[in-house]
Amino acid sequence: MKEYDVVVVGAGPAGIMTAKTCAENDLSVLMLEKDNAIGEPKRCAEGISMKGIEKAGIKFNKRYVAAEIKGAILYAPGGKSVEYSDPKSLGYVLERKVFEKHLAKDAIKAGADCMVRTTATDLIMENSRIAGVKANFLGDEIEIRSKIVVGADGVETKMGRLAGLRTTIPLKDQISGYQYEMANVKNLDMDLLHLWFGNEIAPKGYMWVFPKGDDLANVGIGIIATENAKRSAREYLEKFIADRPQYFGDASPVEVNAGGVPVSGFMNDPFVKDNFMLVGDSAHMVNPIHGGGMSTNMYAGKICGRVAAEAIKSGDTSAKKLSEYEREWKETDGVKMQKLLKIRMFAEQLSDKDFDYLAGVLSGADLDELTKGRTKFMLKLFLKNPKLLLLARKYMSA
Amino acid sequence: MVARCNRDLCIHCGGCVGVCPVDAIDLREYRLEIDPKKCIDCGTCVKFCPVRALSLK
Repeated sequence: MKEYDVVVVGAGPAGIMTAKTCAENDLSVLMLEKDNAIGEPKRCAEGISMKGIEKAGIKFNKRYVAAEIKGAILYAPGGKSVEYSDPKSLGYVLERKVFEKHLAKDAIKAGADCMVRTTATDLIMENSRIAGVKANFLGDEIEIRSKIVVGADGVETKMGRLAGLRTTIPLKDQISGYQYEMANVKNLDMDLLHLWFGNEIAPKGYMWVFPKGDDLANVGIGIIATENAKRSAREYLEKFIADRPQYFGDASPVEVNAGGVPVSGFMNDPFVKDNFMLVGDSAHMVNPIHGGGMSTNMYAGKICGRVAAEAIKSGDTSAKKLSEYEREWKETDGVKMQKLLKIRMFAEQLSDKDFDYLAGVLSGADLDELTKGRTKFMLKLFLKNPKLLLLARKYMSA
Repeated sequence: MVARCNRDLCIHCGGCVGVCPVDAIDLREYRLEIDPKKCIDCGTCVKFCPVRALSLK
C-alpha cells in the first residue's frame, strides 16, 4: 500500500497546482489522472488572460500558447458589434494538452508523483474518517493512504459526492457546452476572440470563435442547460456554422468537445470536511459570466495546497483547519465571483433588442469594467432606457 | 422508465454527472454508467446533454 501526505484526484489545472504547491511545501503528494494523458480530452475553449497566468504564478512558456490574442469582438444579434482591445491585457488561447503537461512537469520537478490512466473508485474510510483512496490502475486495484484527499476531479466530482458534500449543480446554473476545433476558418480576424450573443444564436449564453493560430480555431457554444432542454447546444452550433459559409464553408473539424460548466460562482455548501478538500470545477469555481475556469482553478489550487501543507505540519487536518482555505478563497476570488454572478443574472434577462441597444451604448472599455464586476457606471448609461435601468437595479444593485 | 445513454453519441464530458440529483451516473474511464436502481426518472441529465445522448426509456 502506498502512503502520502496528500493524494490529489484529478490532474487538471486545479489538481496540478494543488499538488505542485504541496510539493513545494515539502509534502509527499500523488496526483491521479483517470485519462490516458494529462491535458486531454479538453472540455474548454482554452482562452486565458495574461493576468490569469500571472496570478497563478506560473512561468510563461510560448510552447503551450496556440495564439496570442489582442482583444475581443462581441456581436449583437442585429449586427452591431463592440470591440475591445488593450495592449496591456493581452491574453492567450492555449494548447491545453501541452499546457497541462508543462504544469504537471513543474509539479513533478517540485517533488510530486503522478499516475495516469488511474481512476479513483472509492474513499478509504477509517473510524468514519477519510483516510485515502482506492483506485484502479490499468486493471489493478490499488489503495493509497493519505492524511488529506483533495477532490480536483472536475464537474462530475466523484470524490466530492463520495465525501458526502453537496456538489449537485442545479440545471439553471450549469452550462451545456459543445465545440468543434476547426481547421481552415476564413475571413475572421484571428488576433481577436469572437463572441456572438442573441436568443436565436445562443440563449442565455454565447457562441465563440477562439483562434488557435493560422486558420485553426475553437468554434463553440455554451448555453444554460434549461435552454439546452428545448434545443441542444450541438444543434445551435451546427446551425450557426451552416449559416456562415463565409467563415466555415471550407472548414472541417479536427476535434469535437462537449462539457458541463457550473456557473453559480462557487458551491453554496462547504467544500471541505475532515481530511478532505474540493478544488476547481468540482467546487464550481468558474467565472459565471464567461464560463472560464482555468485561472480561478489554478489560483484556488495554490491556496488549497498551501493550507493542506499548514494543516499537515500542524497535525490538524480537521474541517475547521481546512476551512481556512475556503475562507481565503471566498474572501478573494469568491467575492469577485458573486459580483459576476449578478451580471450573469442580468444578462440572462436580455432580449435581442436589449443586446442591440447595449452594443450601441457600451464601449470596449465598459466591457472590460464589466468583466471585473464593476457595474455602477451602467446605471448612468441606461437613463434613457427605463427597462434596462430597472433590470440593472434589480439584478446588480448592492 | 430510467435514463439510458446512447454510447454512439456520448462524448464522456461528465456534465450529466454534475447535475444528477441522486448520484445515479458514473463517468468511468471511457464510458458512462447509469445505475437504474438509483435513477428517479427525473430527466435532468436528458435536459443537460449537449449532444442528446441521454433519453428516458
